[in-house]
Amino acid sequence: MTFPWLTFLGLLPLVAGLLLLLPMGRGAARTLGFAASIATLALGIAVVWMHATGVTLAEQLPWIRAFGTWWALDLDGMGAAMVLLTVVLVPLVLLAEWDLPGARWSAQAYFALVLILEGLAIFVFTATDLLLFYLFFEATLIPVYFLMIGFGGPQRGRAAVKFLIFSLAGGLIMLASVVGLYAVSASAGQPSYLVADLATLDLSGDVGRWLMAGLLVAFVVKAPMVPVHTWLPDAAEQSTPGTATLLVGVLDKIGTFGMIRFCLTLFPEASQWVAPFMTWFAVLSILWGALGALASRNLMRLVAYTSVSHFGFMILGIYSFTTTSLSGSMFYMLNHGFSTAALFLAAGYLIKRRGTADIAAYGGVQKVAPVAAGVLLLAGLSALSQPGMSTFVSEFMVLSGSWTRNPIVTLVALLGVVLGAAYVLRLYRITMTGPLTTDAGAAFTGRDLTGLERWIMVPIIGILLVLGFVPAPAVALVEPTAVTTLQHLGMTDPAPVVEGVAR
Amino acid sequence: MTVLEFAAPVLEWRALAPILLVLAAGCLGILLEAVLPHHLRFVAQMSLVLASVVLSLAFLVINWFRGISGVLAMGSITLDGPAYFLWGALLVFGALAFMVFSERRVNGGVTAFAASAAAVPGSVEEAESARAGREHTEVFPLGLFALGGMMVFLAASDLITLFVALEVFSLPLYLMCAMARRRRLLSQEAALKYFLLGAFSSGFFLMGIALLYVYSGSFDLAAIHDAVTASVFGEGLLIAGLALLGVGLLFKIGAVPFHSWTPDVYMGAPTPVTGFMAICTKLAAVGALLRVFYVALDGERWTWQPLLAIIAVLTMVVGITAALTQTDIKRLLAYSSIAHAGFILTAVVGASQIVPAGQATSAASIMFYLAAYGFATIGAFALVTMVRNPAGEENGLAGWAGLARKNPAVAGLMALFMLSFAGIPLTGGFIGKWAVFTAAWRGGYWWLVIVAALASLVGAWFYLRVIVVMFGQEPAKGTFVGSASAWTWIPVVIGAVATLWLGMLPDSVMQLATFAGTFLR
Repeated sequence: MTFPWLTFLGLLPLVAGLLLLLPMGRGAARTLGFAASIATLALGIAVVWMHATGVTLAEQLPWIRAFGTWWALDLDGMGAAMVLLTVVLVPLVLLAEWDLPGARWSAQAYFALVLILEGLAIFVFTATDLLLFYLFFEATLIPVYFLMIGFGGPQRGRAAVKFLIFSLAGGLIMLASVVGLYAVSASAGQPSYLVADLATLDLSGDVGRWLMAGLLVAFVVKAPMVPVHTWLPDAAEQSTPGTATLLVGVLDKIGTFGMIRFCLTLFPEASQWVAPFMTWFAVLSILWGALGALASRNLMRLVAYTSVSHFGFMILGIYSFTTTSLSGSMFYMLNHGFSTAALFLAAGYLIKRRGTADIAAYGGVQKVAPVAAGVLLLAGLSALSQPGMSTFVSEFMVLSGSWTRNPIVTLVALLGVVLGAAYVLRLYRITMTGPLTTDAGAAFTGRDLTGLERWIMVPIIGILLVLGFVPAPAVALVEPTAVTTLQHLGMTDPAPVVEGVAR
Repeated sequence: MTVLEFAAPVLEWRALAPILLVLAAGCLGILLEAVLPHHLRFVAQMSLVLASVVLSLAFLVINWFRGISGVLAMGSITLDGPAYFLWGALLVFGALAFMVFSERRVNGGVTAFAASAAAVPGSVEEAESARAGREHTEVFPLGLFALGGMMVFLAASDLITLFVALEVFSLPLYLMCAMARRRRLLSQEAALKYFLLGAFSSGFFLMGIALLYVYSGSFDLAAIHDAVTASVFGEGLLIAGLALLGVGLLFKIGAVPFHSWTPDVYMGAPTPVTGFMAICTKLAAVGALLRVFYVALDGERWTWQPLLAIIAVLTMVVGITAALTQTDIKRLLAYSSIAHAGFILTAVVGASQIVPAGQATSAASIMFYLAAYGFATIGAFALVTMVRNPAGEENGLAGWAGLARKNPAVAGLMALFMLSFAGIPLTGGFIGKWAVFTAAWRGGYWWLVIVAALASLVGAWFYLRVIVVMFGQEPAKGTFVGSASAWTWIPVVIGAVATLWLGMLPDSVMQLATFAGTFLR
């Protein structure tokens, strides 16, 4: 058997994180944690490179034989994109949260929890056994919960419980479906939770629809779709920028990831049945999120609402069932991770200086802190999908793909693009332009971004720009997943309406 | 006319050795109590208890590998897969619980049991015996009798043996509940309550046995099965007998509406005894319930499945709703144990006993659940004995506030056990829950799985509340973590390791349970 790279990739941060829970010096703990995250980054890039060059990474060992579950990991294009996102963001988050001012728990605990979370997330994105996926999907809640109750704003306890109850509610409904799938699989012969085996079951009809609905509930809570998104603004407002980055940038992707890998692949018939509802709810999310962002008076809530809007675009792309829109959604998942990270971290820099997340407390900051203003502007432009940023490419792919399937829905969704420009520019106008207020002046004069803070933003914005001009490698990475998923669905791209002109 | 002859009983000594050893050690313990001087008793009793349990476990394992099984002791005990698995579990959990019985350091050098149980609370004699540092060591032989009774109970293959075993393990438990060193009135009240209600439920139990005898003409479980499948007469007798017998068994399990003793008894009993009862009694009673319903009454399943389904729903809902408002950790764990009885009942209802080879039966799923629940329970109650105030144990949840700052290890381990109770992945509780849910779904009770999943959600709330109290609140004044000896720490550490082991690498135990998952009729 070949070396189990994927197991090793997940275990590296997990073990490092557990070691960090042991008592040790503060400085040593942070250095060790950061080193572990860098090692994971290097290994993650190597693993994705191996995947791209066609090395077989699949692992499969029996786990609980009586129930037909396997320790089965593999990497596909979408999984590779998500693993890449995770391993890149974690070191940056650790750097951004190096000091953790005013935290109740030690930085050591923060580093430990983030690394544990990273390991669990890698297993989520690589699991090819449904129960294994579910296990790690639920297990990620534990470190996030502790990250929320240990670090963050004054109302963090309530926000953490709200987050947990929403997630557990979705998760336990999903558990019922997972159990039901076992029953179907067992009655068809040998029970197995491997996605490849489950995909061969006949799950059309009412049973399939109910089972699919159970899974979908967990995923729409995770990828916050209106009307079950309400936990996200609270969670983002009360957590530290680093936690919010990981929560929204990485973990919420499990929702859209799960829709593609499980709902679409296992339940073709039921997915087509639910598609009209999902596309309209996606559009509702796009508009609701955008309006929520426009009305937000809190920096962190605003960023959270922009994400609700962006997740709407991803879901729209997924349930439009075209190669372009589905690849676009997956590319969007990657881009949104970096874009949200940029926004949350930039917001974190501002809040650290001003001491409040209240948007009205800022004004004219660009006059005294031009670099901070520039960073916020760039992050904002990525959020509104400015051409040149990679988010533009993915949003365009989603919309153009959806148009071929469903023009009316797409037309309404386009309103979200306009609103996106509005909320970003409103944010920039209120906080950065206009006359410098006294308090903001005191908070920012001579306290522009430090060298470390600038260097944290360089890779994030760099990736957004590079993929904005050269999106082909990333699209090529995720496209095979879109193609195989659509094959499972039995959908083909709609034929072009306008025939090519014969020469 | 036949002449009644006395036939000498034939006993399979080797196969019965695990039970005989435990009961014999109990008898020996009583003798030791009578002949040994005070200062030697504790060490002697403790060594005897642990040695006998370990020896009994060794015999059990040897018998297992020799493949000994069958109906023993002239048709009164069946040694089959579930009996092996549950005996093993009982002996392991019994040994761990007896270790907590032996803890003295955390209590200022004496055990958690009354210095002189016969002295009236608040009397001069009580004060005198406490000053003299006396200890009650009868609790050890009593514990052995209870353990032996439980082992017979879950393996009994006729109803008379079942009833005798029920009394053999219940009577010592009533006594043990009354033996708390501190808060003695509460402890005695708990014992009285337990005794009265227990005696009452024994009455139901006996009546059920009588009716089933009238119906089938036999006490033997297999014979009752034959009568159920063959007979078309006396359906009323059968249903009434089944229901009354069920009441007796469900009382011991702590299922709603026969649960009302649980919180008071759990709170009043000495915490080590509570830990012992919480897992061992439940384990034995579930074992017996499975045997009676699957072996004797299987043919009547269309009658009892809907009844038990309703009881399962009630048990989960009442257990969890009541737990939400508890402010005492022992009461909270009591209601939690009721809720867990409900989760176990979902799989009992499923009753999918006939499955392809290599897949888990309902009984196998339940046995795994009990193992996972048992390790977490033993660990959690052992930790409860360590959180103290100057007067003794601190059981108020308010006193647990900010425990993570005072002792991260104790708080972290308690959090682990709470996560396991809540069924969060990577702990044994999750795999157990998922196993019983699959068993219920396979039996066609998918709606019960959905109810149970929703109940788990609400349940997660109060387990998390304990974690929030320990990790998220300011430390409470006057509470501290007592320094405990290895007798408390060994069960805690074993519980924690086993909880994680069963959560991450459950295959070995699950294979064992699957292999042992079928009853012999």
